[in-house]
Amino acid sequence: MEFMPSLYTAALRMTRNPADAEDLVQETYLKAYRGFGGFEQGTNLKAWLYRILTNTFINSYRSKKRRPEESDIEDVEDLYLYRRLGGLEGATAGQSAEEQVLEHFTESEIKEALDSLPEQFRIAVLLGDVEGFSYKEIAEILDIPIGTVMSRLHRGRRALQKRLYEFGRQRGLVAEPQG
Amino acid sequence: MAEDKGDCVEAVHLLYHYLDGELTTERRVLISQHLDDCPPCGQAFDFEAELRVVIAQKCREEVPPELVERVRKALEQE
Repeated sequence: MEFMPSLYTAALRMTRNPADAEDLVQETYLKAYRGFGGFEQGTNLKAWLYRILTNTFINSYRSKKRRPEESDIEDVEDLYLYRRLGGLEGATAGQSAEEQVLEHFTESEIKEALDSLPEQFRIAVLLGDVEGFSYKEIAEILDIPIGTVMSRLHRGRRALQKRLYEFGRQRGLVAEPQG
Repeated sequence: MAEDKGDCVEAVHLLYHYLDGELTTERRVLISQHLDDCPPCGQAFDFEAELRVVIAQKCREEVPPELVERVRKALEQE
């Protein structure tokens, strides 16, 4: 079960609940086992499993706790976080001061920032940045056009940066805005 | 990064496509060339690449051992 750590990571970010995440992973494995005849040998097994996981989540788990805010997010500019870290001093060899700030974010802050994104953006960022799927693979997993993948992924990333900036400010890792 | 320079605007616009490896070779070479020539853009891209690494690393979850056992048993019963 070599993909279980990835699938569990994804399930937990999707459901935001460990008990549901475990049920979702188990259901995914059972569906994969029963439907293995439908898997085309030589194609991407991991992407196929993710498609089952995502469909199962959308059909069985999402409806339980569906919230009205799921549809949209405020779009923010490119390089949102980087621009707000500008002017930091004290970089050491090979790494800028801005990059060093990233190391100070805790696991729980990164996870909480991701969890705070509306579902469609959260899943796109999860598949793209945490799992490293290509645009084409994400389009196949979610059964949406590549243009929609790009829009969700790019906007989701920028929104994630805004959330991280807020955490950074709360913890004094980044400066308050001037003026 | 000089915001008024067309090359910088173009590079930032294609930032995610570049980092995602989703550009044509021709465009990729052009952006790489710009990043070599323009340290502010190069640093911004390095930051975004590092952010990606940090997010991927810090979002990993340990699989609960009982889940592995549970799934194994469920599959055996199939």
